Amino acid sequence: MVLYSLTFYLFSSVAVLSALMVISAKNPVHSVLFLILSFVNASGLFVLLGAEFLAMILVVVYVGAVAVLFLFVVMMLDINFVKLREGFLQYLPFGALLGIVLVIELGILFLTDRSSNIYKNQTPLQPIVNEVENTKMIGQILYTEYFYLFQICGIILLVAMIGSITLTLRDKGGVKRQNIDSQNTVDASTAIEKKKVKIGEGI
Amino acid sequence: MITLEHYLFLGAIIFTLGVLGIFLNKKNLIIILMSIELILLSVNINFIAFSTYINDISGQIFAMLTLTVAAAEAAIGLAILVVFFRNLGSIEVNKINQLKG
Repeated sequence: MVLYSLTFYLFSSVAVLSALMVISAKNPVHSVLFLILSFVNASGLFVLLGAEFLAMILVVVYVGAVAVLFLFVVMMLDINFVKLREGFLQYLPFGALLGIVLVIELGILFLTDRSSNIYKNQTPLQPIVNEVENTKMIGQILYTEYFYLFQICGIILLVAMIGSITLTLRDKGGVKRQNIDSQNTVDASTAIEKKKVKIGEGI
Repeated sequence: MITLEHYLFLGAIIFTLGVLGIFLNKKNLIIILMSIELILLSVNINFIAFSTYINDISGQIFAMLTLTVAAAEAAIGLAILVVFFRNLGSIEVNKINQLKG
C-alpha cells in the first residue's frame, strides 16, 4: 500500500513537472522531449490503475509516433523560435490568473462534493485482479459491443491520413511521370520512326 | 492511500497546465498543439481512473477513442502547420488572418 502511494506520487509529480516544462521550455525540441517524459509517466500511472494495454498503446502511439512527428516538424522547419517567445511575459499575468482561477474552481468542486454519493466510500483505488487479463477483456468488448466505435476509429484515421497527405502534397514542375494511357495506346506507326542516316554523320 | 480524488486532482492539474500553455505561448503554434495533447492526456487519465473506480472496462475503450482522435488531430494540425509555414515563412498565430474571419 505504501509502495503504491509512493509510486503514484513519483509518477504524478514527474508528469506534472514535465507538463510544466512543456509549456515553459525555451527550446521547442526540449518541449517535445518533456512531452514524451510526461506521456511515459502517465503510462506508468495507467499501469497502476490496471490498464496495461492502454499504457503500452500510449507509449507506442504517442512516444513512437506523435512525439516523433512533432520532433520532425520542429527540426525540419527553419523557424525563428526566439521571435516566437516575445509575447511570453506579456501574457504571463493573464495566463497565471486564468490558471489559478481554474485550479481553485476545480479544487472547490472536489472539496465541496465530498458529501455526495461518489465519495461516501473512501476505498483505495486499486485494480481488481481478474482471471481475464486486461488486454483480453478489451478485446472481448471492443469487437462485440463497441464494434461500430472501433470502425469509426478506423475511418477517422483514414480521413486524417488522406487529409494530411493532400494538405502537404505539392506539384513540382519538371518532374517526369509515367503516363500509362499514352503507353498503352502506342502502336507501331507512332512508336517506330525510320530515318535515313548518312555515312559519317549523326542524326 | 490513493483514492479516486488523487487521480482527479492530477487530471485537473494537467488540464490546467494545458490551458495555461495555450495562453502563454500565444505565438508558437507547435507549443499550442502540444498543449492540446496535454489536455487530451488529462481526459484520458480521468477516463481510466473512473473506469477502474466503477470496475467497468468501457472507460478504457473510450480512452482508446480519445487516443485515436488525438493522434489524428496531431497529424492534421502538423500538416496545416507545414503548409502554413510554406506559404508565410512563419508560424505566428497572429499572422493567421488570410480568411479575414
